[in-house]
Amino acid sequence: MNDLVRTQPERFFADRFNVTPGLMERLLGGSLVGRVDDADIYLEYRVNEELVLEENVVKKASRHVSQGAGVRAQADTRTGYAHTDEISLGNLEEAARQARAIADRAGTSGTLAVAGRGRPHDLYTLVEPPIVTALERKLDLLRRVDTAARAADPRVKQVIASLSTEEVVVLLATASGWTVGDVRPLTRLNVTVIAEDNGKREIGSWGGGGRVPFDFFLEEERWTRFAAEAARQAILKLRAVEAPAGTMTVVLGPGWPGILLHEAIGHGLEGDFNRKGVSAFAGRLGQKVASELVTVVDDGTIPNRRGSLNVDDEGTPTGRTVLIENGVLTGYMQDRLNARLMKMAPTGNGRRESYAHPPMPRMTNTFMLAGQDDPEEIIRSVPNGLYAVVFGGGQVDITSGKFVFSASEAYLIEDGRVTAPVKGATLIGNGPDALTRVSRVGHDLKLDEGVGTCGKDGQSVPVGVGLPTIRIDGMTVGGTQV
Amino acid sequence: MSDGASRAGLLVDVLRRAGARGATAADGFLIDEQHFSASVRLGQVDTVKHSREQRLSLRVFAGRASAAASTSDLSRESLERVVDEATALARVTAEDPHAGLPDPDQLVTSVPDLELEDPDGNELEPEAKIELARQAEAAALETDPRMTNSEGAEYWDRRARYVYATSHGFAQGYATSSFGLSVSPVASDNGVMQRDYWYSAARHRSALEAPAAIGRTAARRALRRLNARKVKTTEVPVIFDPDTAASLVRSVAGAASGPSLYRRASFLLDRLGKRIAAPAVTIVDDGTIPRALGSRPFDGEGLATGRTVLVGEGNLQTYLLDSYSARKLGLTSTHHAARDGSGVGVSTTNLMLLPGTSTPEALIASVKNGFYVTELIGFGVNGVTGDYSRGAAGLWIENGQLTYPVEEVTVAGNLLEMLAAIEGIGNDLVLRDRTVAPTLLIGRMVVAGN
Repeated sequence: MNDLVRTQPERFFADRFNVTPGLMERLLGGSLVGRVDDADIYLEYRVNEELVLEENVVKKASRHVSQGAGVRAQADTRTGYAHTDEISLGNLEEAARQARAIADRAGTSGTLAVAGRGRPHDLYTLVEPPIVTALERKLDLLRRVDTAARAADPRVKQVIASLSTEEVVVLLATASGWTVGDVRPLTRLNVTVIAEDNGKREIGSWGGGGRVPFDFFLEEERWTRFAAEAARQAILKLRAVEAPAGTMTVVLGPGWPGILLHEAIGHGLEGDFNRKGVSAFAGRLGQKVASELVTVVDDGTIPNRRGSLNVDDEGTPTGRTVLIENGVLTGYMQDRLNARLMKMAPTGNGRRESYAHPPMPRMTNTFMLAGQDDPEEIIRSVPNGLYAVVFGGGQVDITSGKFVFSASEAYLIEDGRVTAPVKGATLIGNGPDALTRVSRVGHDLKLDEGVGTCGKDGQSVPVGVGLPTIRIDGMTVGGTQV
Repeated sequence: MSDGASRAGLLVDVLRRAGARGATAADGFLIDEQHFSASVRLGQVDTVKHSREQRLSLRVFAGRASAAASTSDLSRESLERVVDEATALARVTAEDPHAGLPDPDQLVTSVPDLELEDPDGNELEPEAKIELARQAEAAALETDPRMTNSEGAEYWDRRARYVYATSHGFAQGYATSSFGLSVSPVASDNGVMQRDYWYSAARHRSALEAPAAIGRTAARRALRRLNARKVKTTEVPVIFDPDTAASLVRSVAGAASGPSLYRRASFLLDRLGKRIAAPAVTIVDDGTIPRALGSRPFDGEGLATGRTVLVGEGNLQTYLLDSYSARKLGLTSTHHAARDGSGVGVSTTNLMLLPGTSTPEALIASVKNGFYVTELIGFGVNGVTGDYSRGAAGLWIENGQLTYPVEEVTVAGNLLEMLAAIEGIGNDLVLRDRTVAPTLLIGRMVVAGN
């Protein structure tokens, strides 16, 4: 791909596949208008590169290309979706026919939804996108990461350093005549360390990235910090004690613990679950669902962040949606379908994993705004509890509202002081009431380093989270120490 | 879908080109698939999806250095680019003495017919498929007046053809079909909702459970969760139902897989031949079961699948290996190589913890005060240490009887201790998915709640 193509998805798909916006509109117009409420064609070309260094040897070097088109037609609540990985006129016509078949079943309103026509943002135009950076430079960085992680401590026995980089070119045409393209760089450096001591083994990982150039990892010595953090995590866990079991006060550190928001309220505020009435938050707009200290936003417009997008995968420019303001539920995250059915505005949250999937309401970067409290003072305010600063994954049951997220670095708080590190433990809570127990919010809002991937209904998308230090009075900690 | 012979020809051409570009060896996988799914919600069609996909993945060796590439674009130009990129990548990667293809004379010489493709599977019209989903959902909603809502029901089918070839001249393929029907209904009582689900999946459509039966099971599962409560933090016997027990078996297989072991990232490291579970525990992986979802005639490197006893009477009898991890560990492949988008890894086929003799009812009756787990959420399993802590929901057992539903609790322990503490194994094993287990009773675990 040359530089011209990078900034012009229209030209890219026209040159490579002979598919132009005009043709896409004709396809939608000719086959779909008048019988559907909404329709679009989504073209995607994705190049993905994976480099993995293990034992200071390049264990995996791979490059994957995928391309395809997804055609969608919607009538009332029905969606027809067809996709093909051969982008040709014949296949697109066939996909349009299949997508339409569902819409033809019953009468529709006969009016086409008007997609947002706001200007796309310009959040990640890069002089040198990471996918084009020379392999030698990338492999050299991975070798230095390996060396740095090993140098951190003699107990480090294994280092796995990986760099995943992709570039996705998309072009979307809606039946209402809106055409928009986007070129999306994404990269992530990850370090995993296995440490051993006296027959005990532990694992630590750290990483980060975003829609950033390769040099991002060299700036501010990020790569050294990632290596040192991964090693520190593993070494620390070697001396971790059993985690406590039961309900206690929990202090969450800033940054990645924002996964709490993603699980506790984020999914429950996605438009589809609320339109269907299956979310524990359904029908609760305007109600108090959190302490008044809590304001949570989903913001897809932060430059270079992993969860950011110039436009969502339906062509709607992303936005900043206030989900909870001073404790009151103020908004849902919407794609076009659910916005139309709920008579709300699309919020730029219609996302899909790839052309092979229809869009759904998804989060972008979800975080809590900073409060007033001093983080040190928040810890001192807790007589006994848990201080959790790094988490692995989480999951939520949308309907019951029960959510979990698993701490991988956590400490006991005893008499207002952070003491012994504890083994990993899952924290469990109830979405609609967990945030009502937030009693302190720090002034230290931090966004995560750029490693999050969210799964929903079999589709994975990159996301971000963020949190200031907060105190939650009463969360169940799933340790083994009764 | 294109026929197997022309696909094999395409793949062989690609491997030849790799040779011409300087690769000393290469292998490749080509998958063609067609997928259909239809979901219905509250009786109305929700989403219908059609798709055709193809993907060629290639692994090339330049001596002992290797690289992988894949593409969904099978045009001549694209394939040439993929070959060139993979061979270029291989040149920048370092030599690895353990890299390489399996010995050619180890590869399968004929492909057994495991009846993985349903000859009659494609006869239904989309309307009839939608109707199956509609029936499953309707049965769930009709079960009880408290069945008030639904996330929908889905029917899906998939047909796939796999071709594997190596630069030694090996080229073989097979075709599969699979079918599924699932429903996720919502029950509510006193304004509080609970959702659960049930599903059936099979290689042959006629083997799917009846839609009404799937719907009724899903409804029963949702209804029994209504009015759930938290319990006090305690240490008690825990019974895992067959679905949640299967997740424990998956964790054991993950820790026994070659890549986890050579990275020393497994709680089963240095335990080959040693006791890792109660003597009643036997875990088998069998890729040769006709019509089973996990079966395959050969693995991702062309090696014949078989029946592997992973854990025999509590002893770890083997690891699960592909050629690379086997060489690395000084062992031989157990024919568990799997191809995915990014290269070669290890996966199980039909993985089963073999049944015991107790009925699930007898296991429950043997517990005075304990927890019967029907759902687990979250990712709280540390594969390196075996430390285990997950969110759970289920039913409390009092005096040998299932009583009230429980939610918002965790179950925690360590997998090695849990495996050793298996005190009862149900006789209720059903091969309904790729990894299955019967009901399991674990003597003691910590349940965290209030």
